[in-house]
Amino acid sequence: MGDTLFEKVWKSHVVVEKESGPSLIYIDRHLVHEVTSPQAFDGLRMSNRKVRRPDLTIATMDHNVPTNDRSLPILDQTSAVQIQTLEKNCKDFGITLFDINSPDQGIVHVIGPQLGITLPGSTIVCGDSHTSTHGAFGALALGIGTSDVEHVLASQTMWLEKPKPFEIRLEGKIKNPHAVTAKDIILSIIKNIGTGGGTGTVIEYRGQGISDLSMEQRMTICNMSIEAGARAGMIAPDEKTFDYLRGKKYTPKNYESLIDVWRDTLKTDSDAKFEKEFILNINDIAPQVSWGTNPGMTCDVTDSVPTPDDFSNGDENQKKGIQKALDYMDLKSGTPIEEIKIDRVFIGSCTNARLEDLIEASKVIKGQKISPNVKAMVVPGSQMIKRQAEEMGLDKIFTDANFEWRESGCSMCLGMNPDILSPGERCASTSNRNFEGRQGTDGRTHLVSPIMAAAAAIKGHFVDVRKMDLN
Amino acid sequence: MKPFEKINSIITPLDKVNVDTDQIIPKQFLKLVQKSGFGKFLFYNWRFDENENKKPNFILNDSKYENSNILVSGDNFGCGSSREHAVWALQDYGFSVIIAPSFADIFFSNCFKNGILPISLEQKIIETLYVENDSVIVDLENQIIVTSSEEIPFTIDTHKKKILLEGLDDIAQTFQLEDKITEFEKHSTVPSVL
Repeated sequence: MGDTLFEKVWKSHVVVEKESGPSLIYIDRHLVHEVTSPQAFDGLRMSNRKVRRPDLTIATMDHNVPTNDRSLPILDQTSAVQIQTLEKNCKDFGITLFDINSPDQGIVHVIGPQLGITLPGSTIVCGDSHTSTHGAFGALALGIGTSDVEHVLASQTMWLEKPKPFEIRLEGKIKNPHAVTAKDIILSIIKNIGTGGGTGTVIEYRGQGISDLSMEQRMTICNMSIEAGARAGMIAPDEKTFDYLRGKKYTPKNYESLIDVWRDTLKTDSDAKFEKEFILNINDIAPQVSWGTNPGMTCDVTDSVPTPDDFSNGDENQKKGIQKALDYMDLKSGTPIEEIKIDRVFIGSCTNARLEDLIEASKVIKGQKISPNVKAMVVPGSQMIKRQAEEMGLDKIFTDANFEWRESGCSMCLGMNPDILSPGERCASTSNRNFEGRQGTDGRTHLVSPIMAAAAAIKGHFVDVRKMDLN
Repeated sequence: MKPFEKINSIITPLDKVNVDTDQIIPKQFLKLVQKSGFGKFLFYNWRFDENENKKPNFILNDSKYENSNILVSGDNFGCGSSREHAVWALQDYGFSVIIAPSFADIFFSNCFKNGILPISLEQKIIETLYVENDSVIVDLENQIIVTSSEEIPFTIDTHKKKILLEGLDDIAQTFQLEDKITEFEKHSTVPSVL
C-alpha cells in the first residue's frame, strides 16, 4: 500500500519511533512570536540551555503590535514589555527577528510563505494554532503550545502522536469565482464536518476544486483546518506552489533541484488509504456567513438565522447550546441573514489579509462610500503586502470609501492590541474565530470572505455578493 | 514538574460543549511573560461582569466548588487557540483533572506538559459525573475514578502516564537521544533559512 502526502512527510522526519506512543519528529522551521514564547525562553535560561538551531528559527511580532502610526510609542505597557522581551530573547539566543520596524514584519503565517521560509515537504511549527496555513505548500505545519516551543528551541524536535490522514475532496467548479471564494469553501466544510470533525487527523485537501485555487486561496483553506479541529491541513504542491516560492528573499539557492525531487515525491500515492473522507461539491456553493459562536455555526447568505430545532435532533443539550449562541449574538431565529445590520468591518488576519484578498475587496469598494453607520478597517497581513497594495493604489480606494488603512499585524482578529469591538458591536470579519468575546468583550463576530465584508461595509448589512455587479 | 498524585475532590460540573481556549483565558491576559498567576483570570468573562463583580449563576462562583480539583465538561474541550495559558490558568486555579467526552488535540497535549490529567469518557458517564455530589478519587496509577457508587476505569497512553506519575522533564529525556538528532541532521535535505 502506498502513502499519503502526510505520511511521506512524517516518515522523512521521524528521528525516533517507538512501538507505541509518540514519535520524535525533526522540525525544519520554527516560527516564533511575542505572545507564546517568553515563558519558553525563560525555561531555557533556568536550565542553562541554548537554542539548538538558531538558523532554523525565525521570529516576528504580530499579535499585540499596534496598527496605527509605527513612529508612536506603544501605549499599552504590558504589550510593550512583551515586545521588548522578544527583542531581548532573540538577541540573547541569536535568532533572526523581523521587529516592528522591519520591512519584513507581518503576521507570522503571512510572512513565512512570502519570504520563502515555508518550503514543500518540510515540517514547520509555531506557537500558534493557525500554523496550519503553511500546509498549503505541502508542508506539515503544526500549532504548538509554549512547552513544545521550548522543546523545539532546545532540541529542534518534538514528540508527537501520529495523526490519521483525512481526505477532503473538492469536486466541481465554482460558478462565480469573483463572488465565492476559498473562505466560503472552508466555512462550508466546517459547517458540514463540525468544529471537532478533524480532531486527531491531518487533512489533505484534494481534487479539481483545490487545483483551481491560487496559492493565497489555498492558504485560506489550510489556515482554518484548526477550526475543524485538525492537527494540520495539507495540499500537495504543484507548479503554482513552485512558482509562488521562486525568487523570494529566503528561497534556497538550490531551489530548482529541490523542486525536481518534490515534483516526484510530494503527492499521495494512488493506492494510499485515508482513514476518513469527506467530499464537497462546490458547483453551487453560496457565500457563507457565520451566525453563532463557533465557526461551524455558519449558513448561506441566502438563509435565515436558524432555530435550535433545526440542528439538534431533539437533543436538549445541543438545543440549549444553539439558543445560548443566538442569545449571545442577539439574533432572532428566522431573521434573513441579509437583514442583519452591522457596526464594524474588519478586513485582515492570517486567514484573509493577503494581496489577492485586498484586491478582491477593493473591487467591491471602488468608487463607493461605506455606510454611514459602519466603521471599517483594512489591516494588511504584512508590511510587504501593504507596500504592494499601495503601489497598486488600493489604499486610496479603501480610504476614499472611508475605510481606515492600517499597519500590519493580527489586530482585531483577536483584539490583543487596541483594535477591539465595543460591547454589543456587530462585526463582519474576514478572520477565523467567532468565539464569544474574541474581538472584544461582548462583541459579536460574523465570519465572512473579504468580498462579503466589503459589500457589507457599503450596504450596512450582509448582502449576497453574487447579485452585485462585480468585475 | 511535580509528580501527579492521587486526587480526592468534589467535581465542578461545567455543562457546556466546545469550551474554547478564548473562554478559558481571554486574550487580554496573554500579555504576561511569566507562567504563574493566571488562575485569577480563568473563565474571566464568564466569572465576572464588566465591573469585575462575580456573576452569581456561573458555576465557579458557587462557594461549594471553591476547593475542587476536578472539572467535568462537554465535547471538544479546549478547542481553538494553542495558547498554553489556558492550561496554566486551569492549573493555577486548582484543577488537576479535566474530564470530557473529547478534547482538542493541542490542548490535550499541553495538559501533560503541566501536570494536568485529561480524561476522555463516554457522554453517558459524563452525565452521571455532572450530578455526582460527593468527593471522588482519581487514581492515575490504577486508571480508575472511584465515586460513591462505582469505579470508572479510564485509558491513558503508557508514555503519558509515566510522564505524569514521575513528573518527568520532557527536554531532559529528549537530550538522552541527542546522538540520534545529530545523526538525523547529517542527512537532512532541508536547508537553513539564512
